[in-house]
Amino acid sequence: MRERTVKAVDGVTYDLHPGKTLAVVGESGSGKSVHALSILRLLPEPPAQVVGGEILFQGQDLLKMDHEQMRKIRGNRIAMIFQEPMTSLNPVLKVGEQIAEAVVLHQGVSQTKAWAKAVDLLKKVGIPHPEERVNDYPHQFSGGMRQRAMIAIALSCEPDVLIADEPTTALDVTIQAQILDLMKQLQSEYKMAIVLITHNIGVVAEMADDVVVMYAGRAVEHASVNDLFKNPKHPYTKGLLGSVPSIYVRKERLEAISGQPPDLSGGFVGCPFEPRCGCARPRCMTDDPPQFHLPDARMSNCWENENESTQHSHRHERTGGKR
Amino acid sequence: MSGAPILEVRNLKKYFDVRKSLFGEKTAVKAVDGVSFSVMPQESFAVVGESGCGKTTLGKLVLALEKSTEGSVIFDGNDVSKMNTAALKKMRREMQVIFQDPYSSLNPRMTVEDIITEPWIIHGMHKDPAERAKKLAKLLDDCGIAKSYLPRHPHEFSGGQRQRVGIARALSLDPKLVVADEPVSALDVSIQAQILNLLKDLQQERKLAYLFISHDFSVVRHLCTRIAVMYLGRVVETADSETLFNDPQHPYTEALLSAVPVPDPSIEKRRKRILLTGDVPSPLKPPSGCRFHPRCRYMKDSCQTNDQALIAAKPGHEAACEILPFKAARSAAALIAL
Repeated sequence: MRERTVKAVDGVTYDLHPGKTLAVVGESGSGKSVHALSILRLLPEPPAQVVGGEILFQGQDLLKMDHEQMRKIRGNRIAMIFQEPMTSLNPVLKVGEQIAEAVVLHQGVSQTKAWAKAVDLLKKVGIPHPEERVNDYPHQFSGGMRQRAMIAIALSCEPDVLIADEPTTALDVTIQAQILDLMKQLQSEYKMAIVLITHNIGVVAEMADDVVVMYAGRAVEHASVNDLFKNPKHPYTKGLLGSVPSIYVRKERLEAISGQPPDLSGGFVGCPFEPRCGCARPRCMTDDPPQFHLPDARMSNCWENENESTQHSHRHERTGGKR
Repeated sequence: MSGAPILEVRNLKKYFDVRKSLFGEKTAVKAVDGVSFSVMPQESFAVVGESGCGKTTLGKLVLALEKSTEGSVIFDGNDVSKMNTAALKKMRREMQVIFQDPYSSLNPRMTVEDIITEPWIIHGMHKDPAERAKKLAKLLDDCGIAKSYLPRHPHEFSGGQRQRVGIARALSLDPKLVVADEPVSALDVSIQAQILNLLKDLQQERKLAYLFISHDFSVVRHLCTRIAVMYLGRVVETADSETLFNDPQHPYTEALLSAVPVPDPSIEKRRKRILLTGDVPSPLKPPSGCRFHPRCRYMKDSCQTNDQALIAAKPGHEAACEILPFKAARSAAALIAL
């Protein structure tokens, strides 16, 4: 077998502000989850390798930290919740123990105190009878309750940043509504910044302040949620928004994007979206578009927006050192 | 839409026996518990509900893949449960199925051509090579499958392409009714849109009736003209699509619709969400009276004992709720009419 390099994430830049939610949207294989795992340096290295860029958290580059420093950040200042609450909780530990573990580790309090905090947290995330349920094992919880328990673990150290990777994808809509509501409520209480990774455009509309749209490992568009939905710039974003059915409007036909997402192992000449793009020009086949910075703090990765652009940058202009 | 329905389901029940422990008592899970509806020819009828509401079991009962505990499924005038093997085989020419997961529903060892044409061999159809080639070409063209795919195997394709193969196989026999169980929920949005458009085109072209089973209201709204909402093995509301979305009568439908995120931030910011408390109760121990009462915000004392059957709110619009006549008294904060 020949070894090939897959550029799973290739040039993603954004700022995250306290109390705000940034949604990262994309379809499967767009690199949205890999980008999240690389923030917390949870990617298995090797085979994965972060080859460039920087992740600044309160001014410090996470990519330059050693393991000890990273452990102090992970789960403490930056916490993460995952899609599958069943597989991310330990099946042989009580829910309470899993919450208390993080508290003991990062805050250095006694077991008893940590246990009391676990009960408090379960109460906070809306688990009924927390004094009893704290002794349950994950299999005794329903899907929605498991996700609540995951959130309780993530919140145990009152993190500054919460990364939520498809937190409601495995849940039914009524439970999804409960969890999203809980996340919003806790965000305003703790002033957390949330990075919400999702493929669900409806969830983006509900939760996000800013949105990064990813395609083929790249950020193809970045805008505030209102700008993005009102006036999408990149043809992929337009296609994505046109593809989504809504319960409000009955469209006769959905504006589907033709074709399939590309294979990332080859590398691209020209724009990776060109084969599926309705407004592709000859130039798109040969020239890889840079990231055009547009007014209103927007970014689009499409030649169409070249004229509006105030400046542009190439994805490979590295600001940080290579690790 | 007049004349006889293509599919009629009457008081259909399916109970599964389960034991809590090895020597424990048997209890019945009432997966489907008294469901009735009918689907007209060329109509797309949706059954919507959350996980565990019995919608997939219902689909299997309709397809005669499961034997019902009680009630009947009448397809084109004939009772499916009374059919012998030969009659069932004949019936299945007319009633086909598209499954959710295009990864596990296609035989990995068969080529695309074998998968699509196998039904013809089973039913001894299109034996003449010229006719067969013509039929196949038309089918591929209709389903958006390139001819070059024919000698290849399912693993070589993406989810959307596999689902096209699954659809082509289901349509190869020119059925009258297609049961589609979550046919797009495993697909990415851009691919989902392609498949939904395809299903819509095929319906018009081939005059199909769909029984569309889904958890996704947005998808259902796009494709279907009539909808039944299920909760814990029961149908709680049926109406035509526009009515259901604009004027839901059952409190569960109302909450469910308000929970669906809308892909438009300006609407999202103005919307009032009805949050249901708690989870769906276990079908092993369904609540007494109205099954929705523990989560219902309009609950009255009588709801705990009175198991309300479907009552007509308007012609063609039924809901199983006792408080229906009092709907006028409900808060106008009701969601969907903005």
